[in-house]
Amino acid sequence: MSEPRNVEPAAEASRVTATLRVNGEDHTVVFPVHHTLLEVLREGCGLTGTKHGCELGECGACAVLLDGRPVLSCLVLAAEAAGHEVETVEGLQEGNRLHPLQAAFADLGAAQCGYCTPGILMTAKALLAQNPEPTAEEIEEALAGNLCRCTGYRKIVQAVAWAAAILRGEEERPPEEAFLGSPLPEVRR
Amino acid sequence: MLRLPPFDFRAPRRLAEAAAILAGEGDGARVVAGGTDLWPNMKRRHQHATTVVSLMGIPELAAVDDGGGELRLGATATLAQVAASDAVRRRYPALACAVRSISSPPLRNMGTLGGNLCLDTRCTYYNQTEPWRRAIDFCMKEAGTVCWVAPSSPRCWAHAASDAAPMLCALGARVLLRAHDGERVVPLEELYRDDGIDYLNKRREEILCAVLLPAEAAVEHCAGSFWKLRRRGAIDFAVVSAAAAAWFDAGGAVERLRLVLGAVASRPLRVVAAEELLAGRRLDEEAVAEAARLARKAATPMDNTDFQAQWRGLMVERYAAAALRQAAGLEPGIRPPHHPL
Repeated sequence: MSEPRNVEPAAEASRVTATLRVNGEDHTVVFPVHHTLLEVLREGCGLTGTKHGCELGECGACAVLLDGRPVLSCLVLAAEAAGHEVETVEGLQEGNRLHPLQAAFADLGAAQCGYCTPGILMTAKALLAQNPEPTAEEIEEALAGNLCRCTGYRKIVQAVAWAAAILRGEEERPPEEAFLGSPLPEVRR
Repeated sequence: MLRLPPFDFRAPRRLAEAAAILAGEGDGARVVAGGTDLWPNMKRRHQHATTVVSLMGIPELAAVDDGGGELRLGATATLAQVAASDAVRRRYPALACAVRSISSPPLRNMGTLGGNLCLDTRCTYYNQTEPWRRAIDFCMKEAGTVCWVAPSSPRCWAHAASDAAPMLCALGARVLLRAHDGERVVPLEELYRDDGIDYLNKRREEILCAVLLPAEAAVEHCAGSFWKLRRRGAIDFAVVSAAAAAWFDAGGAVERLRLVLGAVASRPLRVVAAEELLAGRRLDEEAVAEAARLARKAATPMDNTDFQAQWRGLMVERYAAAALRQAAGLEPGIRPPHHPL
């Protein structure tokens, strides 16, 4: 199929009114029909926790849950999300209580600059809903679409495993080095 | 922000309605399913549309039907659904392996099988932002006149990067195309043309509705395998892939075999010379090595994706050999790719 070179974009953007169900709340918003869920969440609903990264589906920063499954909100039209349950990072905490994933990420330093964190938290939440006791490999596989340029991923995998343990009601804590780092090697004089 | 250009969006509930919209809207209409190829392409202004018709609201297009004979995979079944489908995992494990290797988990939750088969061809000089492409006065695939990969070439060398396509071609899949004026079923390999611009043998208004997998390609009759090379274990497109499907006779010799390469031509590339060489022979190390050399000869990797073209040519030989060895039940001979098999 050759690309028509002379297609003009639609002259007027048609606007639609739709009700998006985000984190259990209905948001009735008016937006141009070509706007993505990411644009409408951030600009229409004021929910700026979901970040825009590459906006081409390569980085995972904008991941949200659509009916419980992680999708990239930069590649979903908001119009298509109407009628489905959308979950964003704003819906994770309960009142003042952080979700175990958020708490584990904060305590372990699994978020550094934090830009990729909302997408990773949501993707990890979907993983734990499906698999309460994931191995490190399963965590890495589930998060394979989320790029992080700061942490080197080890803390992220540890934090997801720890949050999974907390959600299972286990008391187990990662080793102290995970929080404080390893002691420096002794220097011989 | 990288925003989509304005367009009219239609989300019909019935296939006939979608076909009627496409027939009525003419050249400015495009079909979208998962959106993981079209939306980035429209954001970067590679592809244009006045009307976009979504197929995701049409329930019949998403169904996976396994009657025990031919397996019918709906075109809008997501890649995650295909990879997790019991029928696919049990009867066509090589296809499950190929589909699981595509991109990343969230993309597989969105992208569809039909979308992967119609994936736009790719090239370093094309998959860039609009200002980047403007700076080189665009290329032949778009608004320019030159193919920057091979400037004296009269044709575009963008490569076919789908992973499902080579595997499904090897397994002998057919596809159902439907338009307002009728439908047809064609072998999947006839859907493709070796042209980076006009890469699909289908009219614009034809909708790819389903993929039909023959019973003879199921695992009890046919040994399939898929190997893929890329820089990272996820997200990246293949820079070389090799899919094999082999049918053996009672004596253990090859009765029939298909070897199909991905990412080294503008279409999934069947290595007919290797298939002919192997027919009637035992698939031993010597036969594999000879066939793999023929695969390398048939491939035309260009400098239009990650890694050097010459090295990718060498890798064609290694990956074709791995696919053939695995189909023969031998050790593949290279390290497994990072994606889970």
